[in-house]
Parts: sequence; structure tokens; C-alpha cells
Amino acid sequence: MEPGTHDLRVLIGRQRLCDVLFEGLGAFMLLMSLFILAALFINLAIEGLARLQPDFFLDFPSRRAGQAGILSAWVGSVLVMLVTAAAALPVGVAAGIWLEEYAPKNWLTDVVEINVTNLAGVPSIIYGLLALGLLVHQFRLGESILTAGLTLGMMILPVVIVSTREAIRAVPQTIREAAYGLGASRWRVTRDHVLPYSVAGILTGVIIGLSRAIGETAPIITIGALTFIAFLPPAPVSAVPPFINFEWLSSPFTVLPIQMFNWISRPDPAFQSNAAAAGLVLVILTLFMNAMAIWLRYRARKRIKW
Amino acid sequence: MVRHFHIDNPTMKNDSSTAGVHIPSARAIESVGAGGFRSDLLRSTSKSSAIKAEVRGLDFHYGGFRALKDVSMQVQANEVTALIGPSGCGKSTFLRCFNRMHDLYPGSRYDGEIRLYPDDVNLLAPDIDPVETRIRIGMVFQKPNPFPKSIFENVAYGLRITGEKRRQVIHEKVEKALRDAALWDEVKDRLHQPATSLSGGQQQRLCIARTLATEPEIVLFDEPTSALDPIATASIEELIIELKERVTILIVTHNMQQAGRVSRYTAFMYLGELVEFGETSRIFTRPAKRETENYITGRFG
Amino acid sequence: MSASAVKNATALPGRRGLRRSRLARPSEFVAESLLLFAALSAVAITLGIVFILVRESAAFFTHVPIVDFLTDIQWTPLFESPRYGILPLLAGTLTVSLVALAFAVPVGTITAVYLSEFASPRLRETVKPVLELLSGVPTVVFGYFALLFVTPLLQKLVPGLPGFNMLGPGIVIGIMIVPYISSLSEDAMRAVPMHLREASFAMGASRLQTAVRVVLPAATSGVVASYILAVSRAVGETMVVAIAAGQQPNLTFDPTEAAATITAFIVQVAMGDLPHGSIGYQSIFAAGLTLFLLTLSFNVLGWFVRRRYREAY
Repeated sequence: MEPGTHDLRVLIGRQRLCDVLFEGLGAFMLLMSLFILAALFINLAIEGLARLQPDFFLDFPSRRAGQAGILSAWVGSVLVMLVTAAAALPVGVAAGIWLEEYAPKNWLTDVVEINVTNLAGVPSIIYGLLALGLLVHQFRLGESILTAGLTLGMMILPVVIVSTREAIRAVPQTIREAAYGLGASRWRVTRDHVLPYSVAGILTGVIIGLSRAIGETAPIITIGALTFIAFLPPAPVSAVPPFINFEWLSSPFTVLPIQMFNWISRPDPAFQSNAAAAGLVLVILTLFMNAMAIWLRYRARKRIKW
Repeated sequence: MVRHFHIDNPTMKNDSSTAGVHIPSARAIESVGAGGFRSDLLRSTSKSSAIKAEVRGLDFHYGGFRALKDVSMQVQANEVTALIGPSGCGKSTFLRCFNRMHDLYPGSRYDGEIRLYPDDVNLLAPDIDPVETRIRIGMVFQKPNPFPKSIFENVAYGLRITGEKRRQVIHEKVEKALRDAALWDEVKDRLHQPATSLSGGQQQRLCIARTLATEPEIVLFDEPTSALDPIATASIEELIIELKERVTILIVTHNMQQAGRVSRYTAFMYLGELVEFGETSRIFTRPAKRETENYITGRFG
Repeated sequence: MSASAVKNATALPGRRGLRRSRLARPSEFVAESLLLFAALSAVAITLGIVFILVRESAAFFTHVPIVDFLTDIQWTPLFESPRYGILPLLAGTLTVSLVALAFAVPVGTITAVYLSEFASPRLRETVKPVLELLSGVPTVVFGYFALLFVTPLLQKLVPGLPGFNMLGPGIVIGIMIVPYISSLSEDAMRAVPMHLREASFAMGASRLQTAVRVVLPAATSGVVASYILAVSRAVGETMVVAIAAGQQPNLTFDPTEAAATITAFIVQVAMGDLPHGSIGYQSIFAAGLTLFLLTLSFNVLGWFVRRRYREAY
């Protein structure tokens, strides 16, 4: 028997044990992350579930915790998201198309690329400062739904651009060449092929961007929209001509995360149940949007085979 | 040395002055004019042949790499011309010059000319619109690449690009193209199913139908059967032979038997140069160049 | 072939004709211009940020010498005799970020190694999106969680921990940035070529030895880049600290104390009603500029480190 064979076996055994231990540790870390997510959810549910009655969605905020609701907050969130999507979707998709399909290899493209990368890393509160200085005071848009929507639109622009680019890049070059080979112009190739085939991927990005925007608080506080709002903005649609109006854009507003923040900062614990209930609504909303995005991505992968 | 290859040149004289005797010079073409030139040529050369395109001193660069070196040859109308050579010899690159595919990618540069007849225009001139070129010169790719749309929409797409809006006309032309591509009977009951549901060989015939729908004058085939099984390959080859009645065909193939089966003329390329060009039967039996012989007998490539 | 031949050629009537045409298609031009315009909006936003931050900060620095801003150890802009030293805010930001990193680096790295080297592909594909949900939860909810769940929990472990402190929010921010570290690090580790692992296994190394001695070193720059990007996130995080860390500027590195961060200060001022153009109003832009430069340098650093690992193979 070679000297050391026994030692070697002991060594190998020890290493195998290390493997098993580490695997346990890794699984524990994973479970811990999942557990924290669950704890967060359960904590909110315990505190806030009792408040999630229909009235909660139909009442304005109030000085009495038991009567306060999130009517103005969720309506505000919906309207702000409308503006955000209307701003970020066309601009982001167009910028993504330009970068993937049109951009020449030159300094201008580099500058745009660097800016998109950089914007993705800018903290959200900086967008709030930009909006405060530029939109609120320079352009005098006030602390309005329009300002908030544009602010969040700028914030999620990099998300939309990046996901548009990824979706477009997944369209095989052979498909583009087939269309070009038939005499399609660049814009026709983009409009007839590249865009339709990457819609699901682009939508995924837009939904993820919006789910981030709907829970975003800091930039909205920064533009100064932390006020007591117990009314609804003018309705965007009406029964009398001209049926659609845009007065709501310049209306003061509140949104769900702001309402929640507002309730957290009250010392009265009764308000904290309200905060938990609003948080529950927010978490369910974002989880739902994320799940939708994941499902869309999965479906897109399954549907189109190249 | 400028080498001009002419199909009526059985003994491969690699002398530009000699070649000049056979190839009508630019000046001659100018003076005769498009129509006259054509009939002239019909008389002066054998059988059916008129020249559909003529390549003159074509150089192609991308990213500082000279991929094609001074290529000159003629493409006979209504014939199949095969481009053969080892991988990386530039045959696909050469093919893709004809429909200006390289314009899609930055850093490419053409020098020399590809003259298209009877118009007598240089396809590579900067003021020629590549988009228009591609409408007149169709292309079938290596791997079948149908759009993820319906079978009908795939074939109709070229028509829609050219601005055809009459439904009746589109339907007629789609049917004709599918018949021409020998696919009609197989798909006539499922025109609105996704093209990706077809088999590989059917997909490739669909791509051929898609190209034929707009009635191109030249169709470029870039190794069209390399992704197909032998049976599908046979049907595509049969189709190519039938198609030459109506269009001029250029085909890149790595398969010499295929070149032998389908083509009337063959060009052998090596390291970006056109080494030898002539009637397929002669190239395969009596190659004039050592490289050609080596390649054909399987000594390399 | 003369130039005139070419010129005539385009005019010759072919079957369909070849026109000299890029200009003949105005819709192409319009489409391309609009797309370019959209792409330039990204540049415009960056310029807008720099312009606003610099303009307001410049006004601020006409009142407050930049040396005082960088060296004064007190930040009391709302007092009778205001002092404008950024150091206490920086200390708060740094402390919270360090706590976050102390939590997220081990958890994130171990998770990444586990997912990349030990877990089955199926588990990996299921777990990744769920992990990413962690960073998708609204920050205000995390703030609530830090203030009303984590801190009370910590108070049982650390006696005397005040209701506002940097430890709780630090850990919660750590939880938020775990997905950044685990996902980016895992990408970097999976980019390590298989043959390196095989070489290690072929010599009788165990999985853990291969992971720690071969894969991790080969993926170092990617892993480090993920840490840097995670710090950048932690530094810019606002709501968690604004809710749970207290809003008193406090020059300390003790995480069990309450302190304000740069972001918390901006929120605090924005919640009040400072008139536009006042020095208090301008001070949040000076703080914002500091934050912007801080995250920008982290992002640039992370970008450089990451680019290095891309070039490695």
C-alpha cells in the first residue's frame, strides 16, 4: 500500500463533506431570501389585511385613520402611469430601434450608448431634482400629474430602451436579410418585421419599467407633491363633447406610495394599519406586473421559433 | 494583371488584350445602345446567350480586408452560373455584391463595376439605390428564412413592398409564385397557417416563391440546399433548372456535384480571386488551372 | 467606361428603372430623423441633470465656500446660524451602504456560487425571477419593513437600539441589493469556460474547490463589478433611510445610531416648504450633485471593471 493513500481518502472525504455543507449553505441563503420576501408579505398582511375593505378603495384620505382610504391615491397612480407610459414607451422604443437598426459606428452612437448606460445607474431621487428644477420651476408645469408622469417616464426610459434593444437583438439577422433581399427599405424592415416580432419582449420591459415607476416615491416627494389630497382630478373623459379633456394633467394629485409614506410617518399606530394595507396593494400590484412580464417573456419564447 | 474571363474562350487566354476581343468594351456598348447590343450579342455568341450582367474589375473590401480581388466575368441571361470554391474563398461575398447586401453593414467598399443589362447601369454606383436593386435581383439564402407570418403573407410581402394594393392581383401573383416554386399543391389548403409549420425543404421552396413573386430578373442562390436533406435538395435543384427559362440564376454551392447538375457555367474562386471561369462541362473535365484541378479532384477545400 | 456612361445609365429606361433615390423616399428620412431624435433624448436628460444640478449648486456655492462644504463637520441648514458641511451626510450614507454590503456581499456571492456551480438548471431558472422580485418591491414598502419589522426584531438582539438607526435600514437595503450581486456574479461565473472547470475536476478537485479556486478567481472582475454596482444602488437608495434611519445629520460611523443620509436630507427638505431660490432650496441640489458624482464614479468604475472581464476570454 502506497504511503498516503489512506490520508488521501480522508482528505477526499473531508472535501466531499465541504461540498455538502456548502450546498446546504447555498440552499439556506436562497431560502432566507425567499423567507424574507414571505416575511415582508405576511407582515403587511397581518397588519393591513383587515383594512382592505371596499371602502378603503372608495374613501379619500382622512384625519381619522378608520375612515381614511386610497381613492385619490390609486386614481392618481393610474393617471400618472398613463402619462409615464405615454412618454417612455414611444421615446424608449424609438431610441432602442435607432441604436439597434440605424446607429452608425461613430462617436454619436457611442455618446448615446454611454448616456443610456449612465442614466440606468442614476438614483431615482436625482430625477426628482431634475424635475423640480426643470419641470416645476423652469417650465412651470407645477406639482402636477404631468410633471410626475414625465419624471417617472424619464426614470424608466433606460429600462425601456435596454429591453427594446434586447428584444430586437433576438430577431435573427437572417430574417432581416430576407426582407432586405426582397427590396424592403430599412424602415419597412423595422416596421413590418423587427418590431412585430419583438413586441412581447418590448412589452415585458415596459411592464417592468412601469412596475418600478408605480412604487417609486422619492422623485415624487422631491417635486413637492406631498400634500393632503381629498379630491379627484377632473375626469379625462366626459359624457359631453369634446368627451376628452386634458385638465387632469395639470391637477394636483397623490399616488399610492406617497399615501403610504404619509401614513407611515404618523405617530398614531392606527394609521400604520392603513400604511400596511396600502403597502399590500402596492406589493400585490408590482408582483402582478412582474408575473405578467415573466409570463409574457415565457410565451414569446415559446411562440416564435426561428 | 487584369484577367477577363469570357465564356466563349475555350483556351483560357489570360490576356486582357485578347479578352478585349471577345468582350464588348464599354465604349462598344455605349455606341450600340441597350437594345442593339443585345441582338448583336445574340448573333455573335452561341445559342441562347445574351449577357445579363457583366462584372468588371470588382474589388470588395470590408474592415480593411480585401475580400474580392479584381474579379471580372459575365453572367449569361437565362442560364445557371455556379460559383464554387473552398470556404472563405469569397464566393458568397461575391454573390452578395449583386444585390448590394453588403450595404447593410458598415465598413464595406466596392470598387469596379457590375453592369446590369439591358439597362447598362453599374449596380455598384453610389447613386444606384440598393433597395431598387434588390427588388430586381432576388436572393435565396443558405438557411430557409421564412418570416414568422402566414404562408400567404410571406409570398405577398414582396408585392406589398412594391406598392401592390389590389387584392385580386396579389392573390393571383401569390398563387403563380407558389406554382412556379412547385409548392402550390402542398400548401393551397393552408395558406394562412404559419410558414414555420412547413418542413425545411418546403420552407426553402417558400423562400423561392417569395423571391419569384415580384418577378426578379436575376435570382441569387446562396448555398440553398446546405441545410436540407437529399430529397429536399433534389426538388430544389429540379426547380432551379426549370426556373432558368424565366430568370437568370447565380448559385453559390460547396457541392460540386450540384454545380455539375444544375449549372451551364461555373466560376471557380480561390482566396478572393476568380481563378477560372467557363462552361461547367469543360471546367469539370479539362480545368485549365492547377488550383481548379486540385479543388475538383478533392485535394483541398 | 467613362463617367458619362454612368450618368446616362441611371436615366436609361430599364424594365423598372433604377433610380438614384435615397432622397426619393422622404418617409425613410422622416422615420430615421424621428428615431435619432428619440435616441438623443437620453443625452438631453443627462445634460438636463447636469445643467440643473450645476446651476443650482453654483448659486449655493456663492453663499457657502466650497471648502466649508467639504470640511465642515456639521450640516444644519435649517438652523438660525446654518452650517453646510456635507461630511455628516456622507458618513451616514457610507455607514448605511457598508452595513448593506456586509449583508449583501456574503449572501449574494454564496447564492451566486450556489446557483452557478451547484444548483440544477431548472432550480436556477425558477429561482432567478423570484429573487429579482426582491428588488422589484417598492422601496417605500421596504422602508415600512425596516421601521416596523426589522428594527423591532433587532432591538431584541441589540439592547438599547433606538427606533431610528442605520443598522435596520442598512440590512434592508442589503436585502434589496442581493439580487444585483447574485445575478451579475452568476452571469460572470457562468461565462467562465467549461474547460477550466474540467481541468480542475480532472485533477480530482471537489466542486467547492473548483468553485472557489478556479471559477471565482476567473470571474473576479465580474463579481467585483457587481459589488460596485450594488454599492451605487445602496448609496442612492432613498426611502428606506428616509423612513427608518432618522433625519438628524450625525457625524458617526456607528450603525446603531440614527443619522441622515444625503438622500434622506433631500427628502426631508423637499417635504417642507422651502421657497424656490432660497439657500435651503439650493442646498438639496448641492447634496444631489454630490450624490450624482458619487454614484457616477461608482458606475464608471464598475463599467471599467466589467469591461475587463469581458475581454478576459
